[in-house]
Amino acid sequence: MPRHTDREYAAHLQQIREMLLEMAGRVEKMIADSVRALVEQDVDLAKRTIACDKLVNQSELDTDELCTVVLAKWQPMGRDLRLVTFALKTVTDLERMGDLAVNICERAIDLSSYPQLAPGEDIPKMSAIAQAMVRDAIDAFIHRDSDSARRIIGQDDELDILYTKVFRDVLDAMAGDKTRVARGIHVQSVAKWLERLGDHATNIAEQVIYMVEGTDIRHTSQAEEPKAAVG
Amino acid sequence: MTPKFQIQNLMAGFRERQILAGISLEIPPRGVTSIIGPSGCGKTTLIRCLNRMHEMDPEAYRTGTVLLDGQNLYHEDADPVLVRRRIGMVFQTPNPFPNMSIRENVLAGLRFRGRARTATNNNVVEDALRQAGLWNEVRDVLDGRSKILSEGQRQRLCIARLLAVQPEVLLMDEPAASLDPVATARIEDLIHNLKSDYTIVMVTHDMKQAARVSDHTAFFLNGELIEFDTSNRLFTSPRDPRTEAYITGRFG
Repeated sequence: MPRHTDREYAAHLQQIREMLLEMAGRVEKMIADSVRALVEQDVDLAKRTIACDKLVNQSELDTDELCTVVLAKWQPMGRDLRLVTFALKTVTDLERMGDLAVNICERAIDLSSYPQLAPGEDIPKMSAIAQAMVRDAIDAFIHRDSDSARRIIGQDDELDILYTKVFRDVLDAMAGDKTRVARGIHVQSVAKWLERLGDHATNIAEQVIYMVEGTDIRHTSQAEEPKAAVG
Repeated sequence: MTPKFQIQNLMAGFRERQILAGISLEIPPRGVTSIIGPSGCGKTTLIRCLNRMHEMDPEAYRTGTVLLDGQNLYHEDADPVLVRRRIGMVFQTPNPFPNMSIRENVLAGLRFRGRARTATNNNVVEDALRQAGLWNEVRDVLDGRSKILSEGQRQRLCIARLLAVQPEVLLMDEPAASLDPVATARIEDLIHNLKSDYTIVMVTHDMKQAARVSDHTAFFLNGELIEFDTSNRLFTSPRDPRTEAYITGRFG
């Protein structure tokens, strides 16, 4: 694709990309650190991660503002319009992902007084999948790779299955031993948030497909994926 | 939906210079179709072929056919004057007759065709000016000269003059190019109102305007039709990389 004729416009679009990447990178680290804080019972790390959320919130505001300026001044079309709509939607997902990482950190602090999670438990498995989905969604954005984005969407099912299993296991444990109720509720909450992280990563992957191909696949199964978003 | 225009392998130019390189395109009825593309791509030549104005230049040539409601406009029996009655044109610069009153300007097309009748003139004038969105602004100065009007009002007067002869198609060649943003918005609002009754084909350099106003858009490049689609599709997710490059300003 040739360069933009209007260099200021091109610079603003590039700035949107860079702001998204910076925000995504920060959120990706927050998620990784929140899970590490949980597994390793690292209260300091949990607190430092919670403090990062302010930066993520500010990134959302800054990106929204820049997108609004670009819409007002240049009225982008085609791939540029799709980038701006991608940014406007994705910052909302990223901001929510930051909030979920904060939630996990808060639970990590609460769970630090309970026995450590065993590596074989499903929470570490879920966190590995969720982190991979987030990382791959961001990579798909960087490389404008809609095929990778499609693969991410399929991984969400694994998280859903694991969440259902965690929910049942926690329920069984709590039913058999009332002293495990408090820990069980924390674990179930963390599992739910990891499952939601997968949902947000899926949203980003769907937006990557729209940004790259102009095809809106939301609310459709991949088998009945439409050819075009508009028309 | 039966197309209003069926353009088939249309080639046109001037002497040795080819401008349109075999265009085939169907234009839907009762809606706005925009023709966009860089300077010299053949936009204006295309719409001048649609009402046989192109051939008024002695150096012009054309091959291929243009069907209006299935009738070949270039059939040997087709009268170019009658064609231009059915297919009127609005130009970039408003061109009302300066020495005529507003009323006379509206009736000018009918007078030239010998169809102006005193009894119905007032109704024709009011109807045309209302359709053009100008009636409330000029109802008290109908006998004043057109030069008292602003540029935007003069353009709407030209559209009223066209509407008075009851054409089927309105061709618009950069109809708002010389107007300020408020006058442009009025013309665009007028186009929105007219499209339920007329087929409108508009040439514009203003892609934002094409996106706002038109139902369908055709992108031309070097005399070729590159892409034709709904405006919603073409301006968000064009299929051809050349269209993508043009609408996003990555051109040349």
